[in-house]
This record gives sequence, C-alpha cells and structure tokens, in this order.
Amino acid sequence: MIRKIIAFLVVFYFGYILYSFIAVNFPFGERPLKGVAAHYVDKGIEEEGATNIVTSIVTLYRGFDTLGEVTVLFLAATGLGLLLAGMKEEEKEKPEPTLIMETTTRYLFPLVLLFGTYIFIHGHLTPGGGFPAGVVIATGYFMMFIAQKQFKPSEYLLSATESFAGTLYVIMGLLGLALAFSFLANVMPLGVPNTVFSAGIIPVIYIIIGFKVGSEMTGILAHLKEA
Amino acid sequence: MNGGLLFYGSSVFLMVMGIFIAITGKHLIKILLGIDLFDVGLNLLIISFGYVNGGTAPIFSKYPHIFKNVVDPVPQALVLTAIVIGVAEMAMGLAIVMKIKEKFGTCNIAKLKELKW
Amino acid sequence: MNNLILFMGFGLSLVLVVATFVVWLSKDLLVAILGSAVVSLVASIFFLILQAPDVAITEAAIGAGLTTGILLYAMKKAGRYEDD
Repeated sequence: MIRKIIAFLVVFYFGYILYSFIAVNFPFGERPLKGVAAHYVDKGIEEEGATNIVTSIVTLYRGFDTLGEVTVLFLAATGLGLLLAGMKEEEKEKPEPTLIMETTTRYLFPLVLLFGTYIFIHGHLTPGGGFPAGVVIATGYFMMFIAQKQFKPSEYLLSATESFAGTLYVIMGLLGLALAFSFLANVMPLGVPNTVFSAGIIPVIYIIIGFKVGSEMTGILAHLKEA
Repeated sequence: MNGGLLFYGSSVFLMVMGIFIAITGKHLIKILLGIDLFDVGLNLLIISFGYVNGGTAPIFSKYPHIFKNVVDPVPQALVLTAIVIGVAEMAMGLAIVMKIKEKFGTCNIAKLKELKW
Repeated sequence: MNNLILFMGFGLSLVLVVATFVVWLSKDLLVAILGSAVVSLVASIFFLILQAPDVAITEAAIGAGLTTGILLYAMKKAGRYEDD
C-alpha cells in the first residue's frame, strides 16, 4: 500500500511538471507552420501529385521510415510465430456459433474486404492509406475466425503474400535509386492531381503496404488463435 | 475553457495513469494495458502540438490550391507510424505473456519467483 | 475550434477519465480490456477534432479493433480474473 502511495505521488508530480512545462512553452494552436511543414503544404502537390499531404510525407518524403516500420512489423510477426510455435492447444469445449452469426459473417466478409481495398486504392485522395486498410482486412478475417468453425486461411499463402509484398517494396525503392538517383524517388508520371491514376508511385506503394500489413496481421491473429 | 486544457490535460492524464498502472499493476496483461494507455496519451500529445487555430486537415480537394490555414502534417505522419509500431509491440508482449503462463502457470508478478533476484 | 466542439470535447474527456479508472480498478480483465478500447475510441474522436483524419481512422481500426482482438485471444489463454 505504501508503495502504491509513493508511486502515485511521484507519477502525479511528473504529470504536474510535464503539464505546466507544456502549457507555458507550447501555447495551444498558436504556432504557425514553418520550415519543412510549410514546404510540404505549399509545394507537396506540385512535387508529388498527391492531394493528401500526409500520404506523400509517409510514403515519399519520409519513405525510409515507413520501410523501417514495415520491417519492424515483419520482425514482430516472425517473433510471435517463433514464440508461439511450440505451444499446445488445450482441448476445451468451445461454444458453437449460432446460425445468424455464421450467415451474417459469410455475407459481410466480402464487403469488409471491398472496403479495405477501397481505402488503400484511394489513399492519396482521401484519409486512410495502406496501414488502416490492411488492418480493416485483418479485422474481416478476425470476424471469420470468431464466427466460422472450419475457417482456416492457408499459412503458406499468407507468408508468400507477405514476402512478395516486402520484396516488391524494396524493388520500388531500388527503381528510384536506378532512375532518379534517390531511394524511393517518384519515378512514375504524376498525372492530374485529384484523380485515381495520379501521384506516381504513391498508390503502388500503398497497395503493396495494404497487402503486406493485411497478411501480417492476419498471420498474427491466426497464430494467437491456435495457441 | 480553452483547447489547451482539454487536449494537453487529457493526454497528460492518460500518460500519468498509464505509467501508474504499469508500475503498480499485478497482472502482466494489466501492465501491458498501462503501456497501451501511455502510447495513446503520447500520440494525442504529439498531434496536439501540430494544431493551428482555425486550421483544416492537410487534404486539398482542389488544385491549384490556395495556401491557407492548415494544421501541421508532419506530426500526423509520425503518429501514423507510431500507432502501427504500438500494435506490433503489443502482440509481441502478449506472446511473451502467453509463454510465461504456459511455463509457470501464473501471470501474477507477485507469484513469479523467477522474476525476483 | 468553436465553443460547441470544445463543450463536446470536455464531455468526452469525462468518458475518457471514467474508462481509464475502469482499466485501473477492475479485477475482471475483460472489463479492463473493453475500457482500454473505449479510451482508444475517444482518442480517435479527439484526433478527428484536431483535424487529423488519417490518424483518426488508423486509431479507430487499430486501437479499438485489432488490439482488442489480440488482447482477448491472450486473455483466453492467461485467465480472466486477476487473482489467479
């Protein structure tokens, strides 16, 4: 109990210091854009062709970070598979899914996949992009894991999709290095902004990321389900 | 009544409660939930730094666009990365928790003798 | 940001505080996990108010959807109540 009170005091003192420091030094909403942020907002559409500025920062201006992030995701999925590989499934009496759940999810599943596809194809025009799209697709698979008894995606196909998408991402980066002397450069034609076929390699990269994140998250869920 | 009190206050509250739960929690999943709360609070704080009064989202529906009041897009891109890293870290931690449960039969850190030294 | 949205935000922050206390005090891990999902959902609405729709859609899909699913699978293995 005394440890809890001490922890409470220390942590709330930390919070008080943090809040007063922030409130004095960073007045809310009164910092005009400058530096790189102003450049991205001002010139982003001319340079990369995407009307969603956040998208062009994530995939092109800071594209190397995103490649690292995808690598972290891959390592987490692999490590999880490695950790859970030897675990045995205990035989418990599982409740049967009802007929309503089974039928509803069977008809809902293609619509969820379609919605995920819509999000990653329109990533450079509307909010969204590859990461939420992949997670939406994985959530559709999660729904099927819960409601269908016999549903089991092929492990081989999942890891093949994941490796193929990862390799394709690096190849897109190397293509920029070969043609424009910069890793992940925008080498394809920009097109007319605010149409689907625009913004060069941004839609391609987001499609790749969508497939990769979707298969990785589905793999994580499948491993956790079997453990 | 201003936005600074609301958003800075909420994010600092979430961070403080996250650290507190992670320090004093007894169950391993509870500790991971505390880390998750800390994650959400930190993301909210970073996004709040980028807000500009009266600004709109950095998405333009017309081109050529007029350079008007727009919120900072750089923190949004950073947080987009951080959220996805957060779920990867969460899955990894939960896998370790499940392994501990299988090996020692308990998730209560007071009963895990092997954690003490 | 006008006063109506700020008023709504203060109301939502009450939900946030209650959900955080539920995560802290609940002995039932299922309730705690759902409390953390509520926190993620409120944070996603805050992101939308702060004009960050990309982050809002990601937080709603990941924080409130996928993380809850992963935690529930782990909870099935690790036991539902805190005492054992």
